[in-house]
Amino acid sequence: MGKLLKNRELLLVGAILVLIALIAWRFPPFIAPTNLARVYNDTSILIILALGQMAVILTRCIDLSMAANLALSGMVAAMLNAAFPGLPIPVVILSAMALGAILGMINGALVWKLDIPPIVVTLGTLTIYRGLIFLLTNGKWINAHQMSDAFKSFPRTDLAGIPVLSWLSLVMVVAIFLVMSRTSLGRAFFAVGGNPHAAVYTGIDVGRTRFFAYCLSGTLAGLSGYLWVSRYAVAYVDIAAGFELDIIAACVIGGISIAGGIGSVPGAVLGALFLGVIKNALPVINISPFAQMAISGMVIIIAVAVNARAERRKGRVILKKAEAV
Amino acid sequence: MAETHLSPRNIPDRLEGRGARLLKSWESLLLVVACVIFLGNSLASPYFLDPWNLSDATFNFTEKAMIAFAMALVIISGEIDLSVASIIALASTAMGYAVQLGFDTPALVVVGLSVGLLCGTVNGLLITGLGLPSIVVTIGTMSLFRGLSFIILGDQAFTGYPDSFSWFGQGYVWWVFSFEFTLFVILAVAYGVVLHKTNFGRAVYAIGNNQTAALFSGIRVGRVKFMLFLLTGLMAGLASICLTSRLGSTRPSIALGWELEVVTMVVLGGVSILGGSGTIPGVVLAALIMGMVTFGFGLLNVPGIVMSIFIGLLLISVIALPILWRRARRRLAH
Repeated sequence: MGKLLKNRELLLVGAILVLIALIAWRFPPFIAPTNLARVYNDTSILIILALGQMAVILTRCIDLSMAANLALSGMVAAMLNAAFPGLPIPVVILSAMALGAILGMINGALVWKLDIPPIVVTLGTLTIYRGLIFLLTNGKWINAHQMSDAFKSFPRTDLAGIPVLSWLSLVMVVAIFLVMSRTSLGRAFFAVGGNPHAAVYTGIDVGRTRFFAYCLSGTLAGLSGYLWVSRYAVAYVDIAAGFELDIIAACVIGGISIAGGIGSVPGAVLGALFLGVIKNALPVINISPFAQMAISGMVIIIAVAVNARAERRKGRVILKKAEAV
Repeated sequence: MAETHLSPRNIPDRLEGRGARLLKSWESLLLVVACVIFLGNSLASPYFLDPWNLSDATFNFTEKAMIAFAMALVIISGEIDLSVASIIALASTAMGYAVQLGFDTPALVVVGLSVGLLCGTVNGLLITGLGLPSIVVTIGTMSLFRGLSFIILGDQAFTGYPDSFSWFGQGYVWWVFSFEFTLFVILAVAYGVVLHKTNFGRAVYAIGNNQTAALFSGIRVGRVKFMLFLLTGLMAGLASICLTSRLGSTRPSIALGWELEVVTMVVLGGVSILGGSGTIPGVVLAALIMGMVTFGFGLLNVPGIVMSIFIGLLLISVIALPILWRRARRRLAH
């Protein structure tokens, strides 16, 4: 039982269930299966982004530029579609992902080759990427009527009763789970964050691993860029402004240690879902949507405090064992 | 190739003199850059050299620089505070609220400063009391503090500040010297003395270089860090008074994104983001450079977002260039 209580993912599942129960008590229709599916769909983009951020945080880095990357890739996807409406949607998606990957590589290369602290790199590229959108568009919007129907309808298309957007996020969750648990790159993410020096001695190139983590987060941000723009059918300079904090919040809530090396895919998904449930519940239980920012701030602080306690306790147990021997 | 590894380390016979060290320092490089930008600006626009124009230019950086001084100390001690812009927003909202209750100017100043101190206390308690990493805590409080302003204000704005309140952001102490610029100079001297001439300043460097060693040499690490976050909160409150007074209104989006500019200013000033080194004169020069660049761009009608690209590039390149330079020199030496 004690072990069960310490299991972070189960604890989070419990917290989310309690949260949903509380909302259902005030507003019963919230727990209708169709509504819960809608909440998941609404959280899909955050889930995809949190998976990328998780890889970066695992390696003791941070990517503050994800939302700006999303906005730039999304804008380019929208511009491609507006200029060449006949371009097949998979091509548009792949180019958004490719651009996202390149932007991620720039972050990764600066961290790897120049040894600049990740927070400085991504604070810098965050403003640069957003500024580039302005330079590309001169501040103009791309509105729904400039986008082709195929471009807008793809994430909404029903597949077996679930929209493509939800399917995509499910596929990404499974894919990243396999990368993390079944590939040497996934192990390397954990090793680099857990102990960079030990990682070097086991033959892992720390800088290169970080570079790949940024490539992954960039690619996922690029994908999310297309999804965001097509879902909301509008692209402008400030889309997803400040969303980088939600992404980090999802990771912190999901138990991913900002000090690196600790975290899991289910944790990141549950962290994102926790925020998604809150975001979707506020309007239906009559709390001003303006309160959302303060609530996510509170949740980040509480989550990081809980994480820190959990990590400290683990350290103590190891010491006790050493004494016993 | 193998021989280079075995060759003895190159140890100079004597250390460089004070003058030589000063000449090669980051601060003298900044001074040169500042002079070049000053010259460039005065050549690019005929209006630049007017004393009133120069006085206007200082408003671009004085408020940010006030926070940058305290932030420099925080970063030297190995921590970071990303919540400063949100503290400005919350303090400004509190002052706007106090105006609605009929507070007069001195009371508004007290409200602004105490909200800043309170926010700093929250950060300090979470970071030193609970031992949490400052980057996550201040990302959280950044969202919390601004979120509170959004709850109070929504899409509204507070206006109607008393006339006497506008002196802090718009008043002049003497001739072209504004209150804000005078405050900037006084704070620069005060922070310079605190960091470079007192035990407290030595403790800040010691903590940034090696926290454990600092603890074992009898420095109260937790208390010093707590004071630094308190100080940053206070400075953000002060900047909030100046900014609110200058704008004459409060929206929850006030000073959005300033944390980035403040951190850029500090890093540009030669403070290592990893902690342990940096000087106040460097930060002062960086503030002047950033202020003049944005003002010069403004005179040339460059939009704000393009300036932010420039600041982003500046932030990355000032850190990258010395690394590349050192690497190139090492390659030449071999």
